[in-house]
Amino acid sequence: MHWPHKDLLSIQQLTSQEIEHIFDLALKFAEINQRPVKKVPTLKGKSVVLFFAEPSTRTKISFDMAGKRLSADTFSLAQSGSSLQKGESLSDTALTLQAMHPDAIVLRHGASGASAYLARQLDCAVINAGDGWHAHPTQALLDGFSLFQVWESFAGKNVLLLGDIAHSRVARSDIELLTKLGAKVRVCAPRTLLPPALKSWPVEIEQDLGRACQDMDAVICLRLQLERQQAGLLPDLREYARHFGLGPAHLSHARTGARILHPGPINRGIEIAAELADAPNSLILDQVSSGVATRMALLYLYLTSTREEA
Amino acid sequence: MADCELVVHNVQHPDGTPCDLLLAGERILAVQPHEPNRSWECSVFPGNGALLWPSCLDSHVHLREPGFEHKETIATGLQAAAAGGFGQVMAMANTDPVNDTPGTTRFLLDAAQKSHPQGPALLPVGAATKGLQGQELAPLAELAEAGCVAFSNDGNPVSNTELFRRAVEYAADWRCRVIDHCEDPHLAPGAGINEGRMSSRLGLKGQPTVAESLHVARDILLASYLDLPIHLAHISCRESVELIAQAKQKGVPITAETCPQYVLWDEGLLEGFNTLAKVNPPLRTPDDVQAMRQAVRQGVIDCLVTDHAPHAGHEKDVPFMAAPNGISGLETALSLTWGLVAQNELDAADWIRLWSQAPAEVFGLPAPSALTAGAPADFLLFDPHRQWDVSPRSLASLGKNTPCLGASLTGRVSAHFLGGRCIYDGNAPLAGSH
Ligand SMILES: [Zn+2]
Repeated sequence: MHWPHKDLLSIQQLTSQEIEHIFDLALKFAEINQRPVKKVPTLKGKSVVLFFAEPSTRTKISFDMAGKRLSADTFSLAQSGSSLQKGESLSDTALTLQAMHPDAIVLRHGASGASAYLARQLDCAVINAGDGWHAHPTQALLDGFSLFQVWESFAGKNVLLLGDIAHSRVARSDIELLTKLGAKVRVCAPRTLLPPALKSWPVEIEQDLGRACQDMDAVICLRLQLERQQAGLLPDLREYARHFGLGPAHLSHARTGARILHPGPINRGIEIAAELADAPNSLILDQVSSGVATRMALLYLYLTSTREEA
Repeated sequence: MADCELVVHNVQHPDGTPCDLLLAGERILAVQPHEPNRSWECSVFPGNGALLWPSCLDSHVHLREPGFEHKETIATGLQAAAAGGFGQVMAMANTDPVNDTPGTTRFLLDAAQKSHPQGPALLPVGAATKGLQGQELAPLAELAEAGCVAFSNDGNPVSNTELFRRAVEYAADWRCRVIDHCEDPHLAPGAGINEGRMSSRLGLKGQPTVAESLHVARDILLASYLDLPIHLAHISCRESVELIAQAKQKGVPITAETCPQYVLWDEGLLEGFNTLAKVNPPLRTPDDVQAMRQAVRQGVIDCLVTDHAPHAGHEKDVPFMAAPNGISGLETALSLTWGLVAQNELDAADWIRLWSQAPAEVFGLPAPSALTAGAPADFLLFDPHRQWDVSPRSLASLGKNTPCLGASLTGRVSAHFLGGRCIYDGNAPLAGSH
């Protein structure tokens, strides 16, 4: 397949066919991950810079492993204190990176739009590994891939996104991906954690968690930043857990075999009851494996596309 | 009778007739019906049929000097004003040092006089509070004596209503109006994006319209209670103009301004994290734009201003939240709003009134030239058909930060005269060292 994109900035850029193509590739790469020797020479000689201006061990390791299994050289850009956090230095960092001629940069940054900004400055592929509250396309793709492995088709499926929707790049990207693939999406959160103009989004809104779980085929719990309480968005974490923490009683309203997802790391007992996180219908660990396979597929596409070879 | 020194040949008078304008010294000697074949003894400036209007007054600009000369200097800012058709600009106090002492006011006036002895004129707006800190009143009387024509904390609105009240009262004793940037600081993170569809999609913290309209309501109640005028800066949303319309019906002494951006553009311009469209208050929704246009047509909004806010290129070329707010507006303002006249959304006479007579009335400044015999020769020529490309090269301001960059506009100031002298000739090559 000809891959027309230079960068992966958000799910908005991708067609449903392109997303399915990523899933098909990820299935093949998932097979490599089952082999005793988990390494192929596909991306030998390519270099990938992992630039994480905001800490995220999971995503970074996932990309690192994805790159190494395809024999790409991966380099981590150390985040030296606060200077890289500032928007002002991103332009200088971009120029420095450009001069090193990497084939791709994987960027995690606290500012919404940072990856789009970097992509404009650089000739190499830029893969958004999360920017501010804006987008986290690779997380959405791995969430989608986890469900794709179980369902094969998203038509007629209902998915609930539970928790801090307003400040969640995962929620934004998940909603774009799931609706693009034909699933129906519902959201549940206290009003203070819902974004403005939510009515313009293709989602249903339900404040009561029991009712929100009704007829769901999957529940994606979002991570709650504990600082939201200090920001005046929540009175109390215990109260949040009582009303918006997913428990077995809520889930009993869902369709049989409903899957549970969480991007991690989990605040056990706040976003989700501990027994549910470890239950057989939980896909939380599959998400981690899916993450490596999906990112292998993405690095493959963005580093070997016809655009690059031309 | 004085001798004619210069003829501005073939222009269209506001009354609709083609005329020749005879100038002597600083004044208009005569306005005569246009005679295409007449030969003149004195020098002739070809008007080429352009529209003749009085020179304009922009009552809200940021000239950045002292302190931020890399963004704009008084010299380049006034050059931009000349090119934009503004013979007078009211400069906000948020420089470094802040314009909160008579010394700074005098520095501004001196610098303007040195760089542009023929004008445009700089009319300083003094800080309402010391250092714009919102803690203590600035020496308003001394500032007025030094030449300040109004007071404002512009970007740092005074949230302490008691202190704000005192500023309004004290300034009134010096026949100066306080200009308030309406924004509840607790509801508004200075976001540069409206809270709504676009902020939600881009994952940016937005500023809700209620942050503005809440302070509009406060100022209306205060102006009504004190029976003293307050001027509301760069109004941007429907709720605000609805409140202002009601207040005016009741006779509350409130006046208001808006900028080209709020009657022309909506938040859709921020697509792709476009920092050039990042302003405070932010661009709102298409519905707000409609409400603003209506308010301008109906006189609910008293005058138009640019809120000219130049920034250096590298300052805007950063991720969205790190970029400063503001659009460089002096040179595109008349062209952009002429679009409303071209689309029959605004009368030409109202358009020029909003940019000249109306702000002069609000701030108690001398009325613009009547463009009749004996009146000051302060006027501009506007070519409604002239096409021009907005590019870094075509702007005299150091601030090239406008969302029109790369756009082609129709209608432009072709010449600008103050005191009988041409301060801008659109057919001459751009002066300046940039
Ligand atoms: Zn302001």
